[in-house]
Amino acid sequence: MPHDHHDHDHLSPSGHPYRADDDTDLSYWQTMEIAVRELLVEKGITTPAEVADQIETMDARTPSNGAKVVARAWSDPEYHAALMKDASAATREMGFDIGPLKLIAVENTDDTHNMIVCTLCSCYPRNLLGLPPDWYKSRAYRSRTVREPRSVLAEFGVTLPENTTVRVHDSTADMRYIVIPKRPQGTENMSEDELAALVTRDSMIGTGVAKTP
Amino acid sequence: MLDPKNPARRWHDMGGDTAGPIPDMDAPGEDHDFSLWEKRVDALMIIGSAKGYFTVDGLRRVLEDMGEDAFEKMTYYERWIASINQNLIEGGAYTTADLAEKMAEVSARGKTYGDASAGS
Amino acid sequence: MTQVVRVKPMMPPGHVRTPIYLRGKIGTIERSLGEFPNPEDLAYGRPATAKTLHRVRFTMAEVWGAIAENPDDTLDAEIYEHWLEPADAT
Repeated sequence: MPHDHHDHDHLSPSGHPYRADDDTDLSYWQTMEIAVRELLVEKGITTPAEVADQIETMDARTPSNGAKVVARAWSDPEYHAALMKDASAATREMGFDIGPLKLIAVENTDDTHNMIVCTLCSCYPRNLLGLPPDWYKSRAYRSRTVREPRSVLAEFGVTLPENTTVRVHDSTADMRYIVIPKRPQGTENMSEDELAALVTRDSMIGTGVAKTP
Repeated sequence: MLDPKNPARRWHDMGGDTAGPIPDMDAPGEDHDFSLWEKRVDALMIIGSAKGYFTVDGLRRVLEDMGEDAFEKMTYYERWIASINQNLIEGGAYTTADLAEKMAEVSARGKTYGDASAGS
Repeated sequence: MTQVVRVKPMMPPGHVRTPIYLRGKIGTIERSLGEFPNPEDLAYGRPATAKTLHRVRFTMAEVWGAIAENPDDTLDAEIYEHWLEPADAT
């Protein structure tokens, strides 16, 4: 069926194409989503604009926000200290709308590597970094990371020296975590923007390291 | 599955289990954006909890009670809308009868998500 | 609260946020996070009592014993006060 006439509807506010579900058969769960949303509007609990705004807010949350935080912490010792003391306040200070997020920053050093997991569900610092990758929510990642973090890291292509201590953080309750990756060598003269480009999503979960220039 | 060594262990409490390789970390499209209906489910969770109808703990409790079969066979946001709906009914946002009537109305609108959600 | 703590080996049914692999294990309080409403109440839509939440650090040797991948690596988790008991004596 030609559907060129509504192609303009296929870009989300983040500028990415939506996955094509408008043209597939309506599922039971999609029917439920429409019904729940319309009931909440009819009962005066929300409005279509509020739903659209919330989607836009969430779409604006991406790993690049976290990368800017990391780059500033690498460049500015005072900011680094503030981030380690109260990561929620420090990210808000940079202008990020993180809602009620309670964030703790954990830092990789020459002898420590941090990794984040949620074994009970899939808690993630979504209000800063956006939605988690699918593998983060997988049974394999949730099950294995607390027991064999080095083996999991190896699957991500990260091999650590024996004498590095791995610290795994299981997000079991009200806090969320961001890893501050180690600043790569050879970046002494780089600007914050250049540094931010080296900070990957996985390096802030602890399943990766920052890119080297 | 019920753990024969500890029947008190619940399926979602999976830390320490052996499991296969981490799936699809480098697969093309791993970084996919979600579809509109999935983003709307996410938004309904935030709005429903911000307005005090339920908490993230209520969301999780229903997801856990839905069981392992739902975890294996439904997608992430399918499970979420099921849990959000149950929490909203428990929280008094609308009744089961309201939902039944509305779902029938929605599915009568057309065959695709685009048709059925048009105008809303 | 003492610094060395054991996670109570309770096995209640229902919604709890203490992973089973940590129950009965001994760790050290890494930091305390203040009071939070008890998720065991919130999950059922009930008025929640405030509970102090602690970050507890365990060694992999303590959690997994002989099968630990690297005994000196650590595992941190947030545990509510009513799941912890002093373990200084042991």
